[in-house]
Order: sequence, then C-alpha cells, then structure tokens
Amino acid sequence: MIAHVHPENINYLKAKPGLINWFVTVDHKRISMMFLISTLFFFILGGVYAMLFRLQLWSPGSHGFISADTYNHFFTMHGVIMVFLVVVPGIPSALGNFVLPLQLGAKDLALPKINLTSLYLYWIGGILAFVSLIAGHADSGWTFYAPYSISKNPAVLWMLTAAFFLGFSSILTGLNFIVTIHKMRAPGMTWFRMPLFIWALYATAIMQIFATPVLAITLLLLLIENFFHIGIFDPAMGGDPVLMQHFFWFYSHPAVYIIVVPAFGICSELIATFSKKEIFGYKFVAFSSIGITLIGFLVWGHHMFVSGQSEIANTIFSFLTFFTAIPSAIKVFNWTATLYRGSIDLRTPMLYGLQILFNFTIGGLTGIILSILSVDIHLHDTYFVVSHFHYVAMGTTMIAFVGGVHYWWPKMTGKMYNEVWGRTAAILVFFGFQITFFAQLIMGSQGSPRRYYHYLPEFQIYHRISTVGVFFLAAGLFMALINLLASLRKSAPDAPQNPWGARTLEWEVAPTPPLVFNFEETPIVTHGPYEYATEKA
Amino acid sequence: MDTTKSLWLPEKASTFANNIDWAFYLYYWISVAFFVVIVFLIALFVIRYKRRRPDQLASAQITHNTVMETVWTAIPLLIVMFLFVIGMKGYWNMRVAPANAMQVDVIGRKWSWSFEYPQEGISNDTLVVPIHQPVRLRMTSMDVIHSFSIPAFRTKADVIPGRYNTLWFEATETGTFQVFCTQYCGTNHSYMWTAVKVMNPDDYQAWVAVASDPSRGKTPAQFGAILYTKKGCAACHSVDGTPGIGPTWKGIWGSSTALEGGRSVTVDSVYVVKSMMDPAADVVKGFQPIMPPFQGVLSDKEVNGLAAYIQSLK
Repeated sequence: MIAHVHPENINYLKAKPGLINWFVTVDHKRISMMFLISTLFFFILGGVYAMLFRLQLWSPGSHGFISADTYNHFFTMHGVIMVFLVVVPGIPSALGNFVLPLQLGAKDLALPKINLTSLYLYWIGGILAFVSLIAGHADSGWTFYAPYSISKNPAVLWMLTAAFFLGFSSILTGLNFIVTIHKMRAPGMTWFRMPLFIWALYATAIMQIFATPVLAITLLLLLIENFFHIGIFDPAMGGDPVLMQHFFWFYSHPAVYIIVVPAFGICSELIATFSKKEIFGYKFVAFSSIGITLIGFLVWGHHMFVSGQSEIANTIFSFLTFFTAIPSAIKVFNWTATLYRGSIDLRTPMLYGLQILFNFTIGGLTGIILSILSVDIHLHDTYFVVSHFHYVAMGTTMIAFVGGVHYWWPKMTGKMYNEVWGRTAAILVFFGFQITFFAQLIMGSQGSPRRYYHYLPEFQIYHRISTVGVFFLAAGLFMALINLLASLRKSAPDAPQNPWGARTLEWEVAPTPPLVFNFEETPIVTHGPYEYATEKA
Repeated sequence: MDTTKSLWLPEKASTFANNIDWAFYLYYWISVAFFVVIVFLIALFVIRYKRRRPDQLASAQITHNTVMETVWTAIPLLIVMFLFVIGMKGYWNMRVAPANAMQVDVIGRKWSWSFEYPQEGISNDTLVVPIHQPVRLRMTSMDVIHSFSIPAFRTKADVIPGRYNTLWFEATETGTFQVFCTQYCGTNHSYMWTAVKVMNPDDYQAWVAVASDPSRGKTPAQFGAILYTKKGCAACHSVDGTPGIGPTWKGIWGSSTALEGGRSVTVDSVYVVKSMMDPAADVVKGFQPIMPPFQGVLSDKEVNGLAAYIQSLK
C-alpha cells in the first residue's frame, strides 16, 4: 500500500552515529535501549542494597556489620529504586518501547518527542535519587507513611521529588502507547490480531494514565506538609495519617498491576513462540488484562486491613480483591493449556517463560490467602507479605524482563548469545530465587515481622537460607548479563532474522536489527500473531 | 488444646487461633492441590511434547474448550467466594469484643509500649492479663504509626497517633507470649518488643495488688529504678555508662553538661524534671531531639522517684 524508500532507512544502530545523536534521538528503538541500560543499572544498584542487608540478616541485630539506621536506609533505597526505577518503568519503557511499534507494523510510536521526554524525566528522577543519597539517609521505607515521613530529613524530601518526576515518565509512556495502539496499527492488524504483549501494554497504559496522577498529588501533599505544615496528614496538627495511606495505595495498588501485567504479556509471547502454538483462549487472556486493570482500581484498601479503617470497608475490599484471582487464574490455566500438544523448545527465553508461570502460580496463590480477612490479620506486615510480593515483582516481572531481553536481544542487537551459558544462568536464577524467597513464607506465617534489623533466634535459620539463596540468584543474573554482553563482541555470531520462528511482525517482517523506520514498507497483516501450522504427531 | 508449633504457624494461645489456623490450613491444602496439578501438567507437557526436530510443528492447535474453561472459571470463583465468607465471619468475630471484656489502654511510642489499667491505677511495660478473660485493648501512639502484634493470639492492629484503634482477645494458655511492633517506626523498630503475660486468676489478682502501688515499701530511688524499665526509659538511656540513643544516666547528677546550641547546664532536679516534661528544650550536645515528652504521663511521685534514682547512679 505505502512504500517509502528513504536513504536514511538503514540499520538503526548504524544510523546517525555518536553519543549526542543517541541522547537527542526520537527513534523509539534507541530510546528503548537507553531505558534498558538505565533500568539494568538501577536493578544492579537495588540488588546490591538487598545483598548488603541480607548479609546483615545473617545474624540478628547489631553484630558489627551495619547499624539499625543504616539497615533502615538500605531497605528504603532497595524499595524506592526497585519500585520506581526498575519494575514500574522496566518492561514498558525498556522493552515495550522497542517492540510495540514493530509488533503493530508502525514505524515509530505516535508521539516520538513525548517518548524522549519520558526518558529525560526518568533520568531526572534517577539523578534526584542520587541527590537524595548525597543529602542524607532516606529511611522512611518506599511507602513514605506519615507522620514518620513528615520529618526534617532532606533525603526523604529529595526521594519524594524523584518519585514525582518518575511518575510523569510513566504517564507519558502510557499515553504514547494508547495513542499508538489506537491509531497506528498496520493495515489488516485488527484488535484481535494484536499480539498479547500489546494487549498487556494497553491495559498497563490505562493504569499508568489514571493511577499515577494520584501518586503525584500524594507526593506533592507530603512535600507541602513537610514545608508548610498545613495539617493534612500530621495528627499533631489535626491531620489524618490514614488518609495518606488511602491516597498512596489508590495509586500503589494499580501500580502493582502496572508492574506485573506487562510480564503476563511477555509470558504469552514466550509460551506461544516456543510451543509453536496459538495461545489457548486468546480473547480471554486479552480481556483478563483489562479485567485486572478495572478491578485493580477498587481494591487498594487491602493494604490497610489493620489500619483501623471500618469493618465494612475491610469487608468490601476483601470481597473485591478475591475477584482479581479469577482473571489471573485463567491466564495460568490458558498458558498451561497452550503447552498441550505443542512443539516445546527449551531455549533460554522459554526457560524464563516457564519460570514466570511457576513463580506467578505461587505469587498468585500467596496473594489470595492475604484476602482472607481473618488470616490476613495474622499475616499482615510479616515476611509472608514480603515473599508474596517478591514472587510477583521479582519472580514474575523481573524474570519476564530478563526473559524478554533474551527473547528480543537478537532483534535489538543483531547478535546471538551463547545458549549453554544462557540456560545455565536461567537455571541458577530459578533455584536461587526459590531458596531466597520460599523460606520467607514460613518465617512470615510464624509471625516474623518485616523491615526488621533484629529478630528472634528461632527465625535465624530462615534468614540464613534466604541470604544464601540471594547469592545464587545474583550469580545467575550476573552470568546472564555477562553472556549477553559477550554476544556484542565482533566474533560472536550474528543473529538470523527470525531465530525463534515466531509469527509476529517484529520477527517475520522486520529486519534484524530493524531499520530506522522499522520496515522497508508498511506491512500488510494477513494472519493472527500465533498462527502456526500443525503436523501429525 | 495443642499448643505446639507447626511448621507454618506459631503456638496457639487465644480463642481466635483455632479458627484462623483451620482457615489457613484449608487454604494451604487447596493451594497445594492447584500448585501440584499445574506444575505436574507443565512438566508433563514440556517433556512429552519436547521438540525433537528443529522445524517440528505442534500436533494440534486447540484454542478453546468451552467445558473446561467454564469449569475452571466456575470452580475458582466458588472457592474464593467460600474463602471470602470464612474470612469475613472470622474477622467480624475478631472485631466485636464481648460485653464482659476488661479494658486496658495501650500507648505506643518510639520505641516502647506501656499498658494502663485505669480501674486499678496500674501502669506497666508488659501486658498482664488473666486467662479465659476477654481483654479489649484501646491503643494510641504518641508519635508515629506503630502496630501491635501478638502472633500466638493471631491478632494485630495498627497503633496510630491522634486516634484510638481497638483489638480484643481471650487467652487460652498461661505463659508469656511475644509482642512485636509490626509497622516500621524508625531506628529501633525491630527492638520495640514486649510480652503478654497470661496468669491464672489468683496469680493475676496478686499481681494487681502489687502493681497498683509499685512504690509500696520502696524508697524513692528504688521506685525510680522500677519506673526506669516500666516507663520505657531503658529503651534509650543506659545506667552503666553504655552509649545509647539518649545520654547515659550514670554519673550525670551534679555534673556540668554541654547542651546543643552552646550553653551548658548543671544536672540537678530542675534540669532532670525539665528533661522529662519538655525534652526538646535543652538537648545534651551530640544527641538528637527525639525524646517524647512525659508531661501528663508521669505523676509527681513518679517524677520524684526517677530523679532520686538518677541521683543515686554515681
């Protein structure tokens, strides 16, 4: 239909060379790569904080390693960095930015300059997080509860400001994705021919746009309270600290779905491609992301079950929270059913795909028990909750992120990594993760509170198991990173156009690596994203 | 009642524990069943349908099965609705204290707890209660949000400044049961512990008699020594010279002490009393102004006792 031949439509990595050209680019692929490098950097930094405080937790309390104040600062930094700089932006900005236009058959996102702005806002947020480190030791926890966060601690104030900017980066990404999905699908790409990764990013984008402004307002009000003492959250001035929790969780519950729903999208891509199969129940999987999005706005109060909010409110939030289980369960069943009679290929990305399925089963199941009101009173604020959210935010989202990077790496870089090292790392990551986080479930239901520097001797065995696990996990991730970087050597093999045999546009049509404008001419879509043939068994 | 710990849960010592543990294990086995089935199927399919040739295709493209999809949507839906009702009923029971509950006021402050028994005129640093008696706690904080958690009783509630939160329980075993603070509240959050001591009714009455007048038979300094732990001073001040969050009391009486802001002061009864009533006014150099005020919290007799105790620490 439309054929443009541009002289500058060459390999996007080779076009317009030089660092400056990268920093002012509007090419979604370059922006995505810069997001990828930035998110990986912060993932490593957040991980180092975790390893340090897990070393502290080898023994209880003060034993000459770090002080209680330092420990409190470290878990705050770990949380703030991981939530706001890694898992919320992660998949959408570092992978979605690259893949979405390609999967839709578009030549870029609808709003390329907004895309660059979103990257700049992310960098400003990152820089402000460093300013916070210079200003002092933020120690409020990533949840910034009042009145503890209404303190003279300048480090907390800089962190609130950093999160404010990062929120706008997220909003702009969501806006861009929604417009692009509505307006820039290639001819023949109907809504139900879109890959499920796109559906997931679409659902995520809705949440990014509607929920994040509430975070912005909450952070602003905390800053205003700190500077001008207006008495909105501080009870010393007649304010209500529980009101702050309502504002905060109204964003932060949808935020956890912003964190996990893109991972579901990646899981669909990996399972379909490496089984050479249509995703079982495609429409249900697509709609389940939308369903989770809508219900996700109604359940924030489950983070406040012990706050003293009314029994009626608790009952309603418990009731609604159970409904998030159904679309999640449907996804897990549909992915499992997809494997049936497929042609299963256990290359590295699929090893991560299967881990997502395994970890999310545990993550989801441990979430449902927290909805049971009477049982939640016992489990609330214990290590059980910490383990639950790590099974989803790390075991589902970050595993999907790493799996997605391995899946799209050949497309993004034009190079193939070593398969043996890739699989070894994936297996090490899997076992390291289970050792680290399963022990925490038991410790939590035994009553061990979270955010604890000191603890009872009976919990030490679980802490020690968890600490050992984190080093295996880190080793696996490090091995994966080195393997990926090693593939960038000149001597490493070049990637074929479609090493996985996938049927989505970014693999079937776009060159590897893609051109500046992605395609030589606008593709015309004639089949669904997972239309594979069959053969007799 | 079996009070031994299981792998997953602590000892049981309240009337709530049976109900909650039953719900926990019911859900546990439902989860195990789903988990085992799902993981088994994944493993089975991955092994059975492993790709043997690089270009091998799937042997079927099954995209729907209406019966299965209806079943695996309906059954989880029924299960979660059942779980909701169990949780709701158990929870409502935990929220409505019986009419004959005895009341104890709980005050949380960084980083200690105090328990007030208004009728008996007792103020204590551990929660002492009789067995088989409903107890209702009315709780508030003097500074930031804390949370009062008794794992053996399976209950907790946040303790919030500017408002009262309540929780109730009925202990079913005598003994001493751990209490944790479970809402992050700063430096010593993980040390903000206390205990519930559950006594037989006779022992409880004996305790009440002594506790309602802890100064009975004691000199002011001895009384002060008791208050040093009961009122939470020990959380921040040592009496043996060890550095802590607050200045040690050892040897300070009569000394000339430098203050933040350049002035200095002689530590006498005027200064000591002011430190308890308005601690942010004259902070000792090198320390943070974080001590909460005890104005209205300590009686004149208690203030007198603490001052006498400090004076006795050479």
